[in-house]
Amino acid sequence: MNSKFSFLGYTKGDLFNFIALLAVALVVVPLLVQSEYWYSSILIPWLCLALAAIGQQIVMGYAGQLALGAAGFMAAGAFACFNLILRVPDIPFFVALMLSGLVAAAFGVLFGLPSLRVRGIYLMVATLASQFFIIWMIDKFGWFKNYDTSGIITAQDIVIFGKPFTSPQEMYFVIVVVVTLLTILAINMARGSTGRNWMAVRDMDIAAESMGISLLKTKLQAFAICAFYCGVAGALFAFTYLKSLEPVAFDIKLSFKILFMVILGGLGTINGAFIGAAFILLFPVLLNSIGNNVFHGAIDATIISSIEQVVFGVLIIVFLIYEPLGMAKLWDNIKQRVISKIAPKSEPLKQKKT
Amino acid sequence: MKKKFPKTRNYLMAVAALVAVATMAMSESAAAQEKQYFPIASSRVGPYSAMGTGYYGAQIDYMNYVNMNGGVNGVMLTWQECETEYNAVKTVECYQRLLEKDGQRIVVFDTLGTPGAYAVINRMADDNVVLAQYGYGRTDGADGRVWPWVFNAASHYWSQIAVKMKFMAEQEGGVENMRGKKIVHLHIDSAYGREPLPAMRKIAEDWGVTLVEISIPPPGLEQQSQWLQIRREQPDWVTFWGAGSGMNSTAMTNAARVGFPRDRMIYVTFGAAEEDMYPAGDAAVGTYAVANALPGDDYPLVAAIKEEVYGAGEGNLADESRVGSVYWNRGLGAAVMWIEALKNAQEMHGKVGKAVTGAEFRDGYEALNMTESRLGEIGIGGMVAPFAISCANHEGAGKFAVMQWDGEKFQQITGWEAPLDPAYIRRLVEDSAAKFASENNITPKSC
Repeated sequence: MNSKFSFLGYTKGDLFNFIALLAVALVVVPLLVQSEYWYSSILIPWLCLALAAIGQQIVMGYAGQLALGAAGFMAAGAFACFNLILRVPDIPFFVALMLSGLVAAAFGVLFGLPSLRVRGIYLMVATLASQFFIIWMIDKFGWFKNYDTSGIITAQDIVIFGKPFTSPQEMYFVIVVVVTLLTILAINMARGSTGRNWMAVRDMDIAAESMGISLLKTKLQAFAICAFYCGVAGALFAFTYLKSLEPVAFDIKLSFKILFMVILGGLGTINGAFIGAAFILLFPVLLNSIGNNVFHGAIDATIISSIEQVVFGVLIIVFLIYEPLGMAKLWDNIKQRVISKIAPKSEPLKQKKT
Repeated sequence: MKKKFPKTRNYLMAVAALVAVATMAMSESAAAQEKQYFPIASSRVGPYSAMGTGYYGAQIDYMNYVNMNGGVNGVMLTWQECETEYNAVKTVECYQRLLEKDGQRIVVFDTLGTPGAYAVINRMADDNVVLAQYGYGRTDGADGRVWPWVFNAASHYWSQIAVKMKFMAEQEGGVENMRGKKIVHLHIDSAYGREPLPAMRKIAEDWGVTLVEISIPPPGLEQQSQWLQIRREQPDWVTFWGAGSGMNSTAMTNAARVGFPRDRMIYVTFGAAEEDMYPAGDAAVGTYAVANALPGDDYPLVAAIKEEVYGAGEGNLADESRVGSVYWNRGLGAAVMWIEALKNAQEMHGKVGKAVTGAEFRDGYEALNMTESRLGEIGIGGMVAPFAISCANHEGAGKFAVMQWDGEKFQQITGWEAPLDPAYIRRLVEDSAAKFASENNITPKSC
């Protein structure tokens, strides 16, 4: 969401970017985009998954803990939100949302404990437990689903100050507000001492410990914050996009997708989470519509569907080979190139001003 | 390097121009006629591809066939496809993408998957779209008073499990002999696998049957521990509720390994296809399955589609021999209902030869009355059970036929069987729908 090129403190450019992006999100998009499809199928899921990717980014990109199981935390958040709204009368939606994030954070701490003992690929296997345990727990105990016979329950409508937010555009605004606030928070944490501690642990934990950083606190904090972000994302995903709650929607595949978003987007960058989410989520949609609109009738539909998956897989490999630092880095490079091309023209102007 | 770019650009522009011209030409020729637009939310890739290619292939084949024969009172059918991979999240995206085309809204949506159906079910009333769940999906959608836009003709999972238990009772020599018997419900651990349980538990309790529920985590290729448990339990019957050819065939090979007789297993409709049986080879012989649309290519309509559509090289399936298979015929059954509903809607609202809206289509769908003779006229007499839909009853026939796999094809064992006490199943449906209505402040409509 925000610029990554200046690392310490906010520059004028940062603030300008921030205001520009906010204007695009809150003014330009609502004015230009009228189609419900764009809100409910592109923008809403994109922002929800980007939020989950920020969570994954914190634990993996910043704190360097190879964790898998973001979808489990998302499920925890989604079902916590459902139960809070169901069982706590008149609870405001934002309070329920934040509380469900905290419930997910509690699970994050619990399943972050192995990170104190194991690391690397072994930690990934250990954190898988969160994925399976949370889904199993929701399936096993009917209370979480309000004893619904089918196991898929309808999400309640979002009501804020008595006003229902049910149309795609209204829900988009709710999400934009939540995502903006949490993104600013994430950027601040990443830039502040919290983020420094994470990165110190990531780069060399023994060195970090000898400098007085508590591994226990830092790692668990990263897991808790990761789970908080995932939990909020999961609740938003269920309430605005799926409009139903079903444990299967938060399966291991979603965890892998969020992992890929972070890797492809660029580890250790916040805007990488947004770019990665856009790529993983939207590219198959784009390929699918190209396949159906351009080659419709020319090639067998079954083959088109398979080709889409092949193309997507090849693109991921190509990206990882040519830009292992992720798309955020690619974006930076393009920006640098454009700036360096424009710069010779604008430099004299600047000099005149000063 | 620099010289390369103009060439690529020219090439790209040429392609873009071609595409634009082609789409313009296509839309112009189509605009000349009245047309009705249908969505195809297919699932052609992934573990459920056998199901998706057959089912949606049949729907496209039938629409092609109708168009070749002058459309529906002159209204030509158009459609657009979107790949869901049997994934609820992607189904929501596809639903939104397919919702409108050339200014025309879809009138019906068919996800061929319970997870997908649940994901879009609450949008139906707002968008004026009929959710046609052909033998899958949310069971209490059968109560049209609470769910005016949702249908599960032909026949839902609760009727299906009740028919299976009736079949067992017949094999055992009557319901009184069922007391003390043990049934294992071996199911995929998803909403779809659990969907029959509420009805099944009630019937088992009434009959004094011990019901053991064993779940298999998706995708269900690993079933060894479950089958060892079955060997320990020594059940009299196993009702198998799987999804995908891999899971369905694995269950039979595992049953053979632990020596559980295959003619004591009854498969769900979504495991009851040739593609599910072939991979298991000899281990599949004797397995029972139920059908809401029987396989076979000697029905007149199937033969006509083979001749006209596939004869003209317009067939959707790459492998023509799958025409007449279980999934293909099921898709045909579903597509026939769309077109019959469209005809009804045109007649009921004085729009013969014109496109209809979602609300008009819903009325047409609710007025479906597929009698024996009407099915015969269409050319699928005997392929599906005769049925009628009403304002309150959105289930249709509620009947299934039991088939048995003989190693090469399914042999029909029974005729169209209804549950022993259809009113009892209906009561369960109404209770469940009433619970939903009260939770969501819906006033059931009076019929």
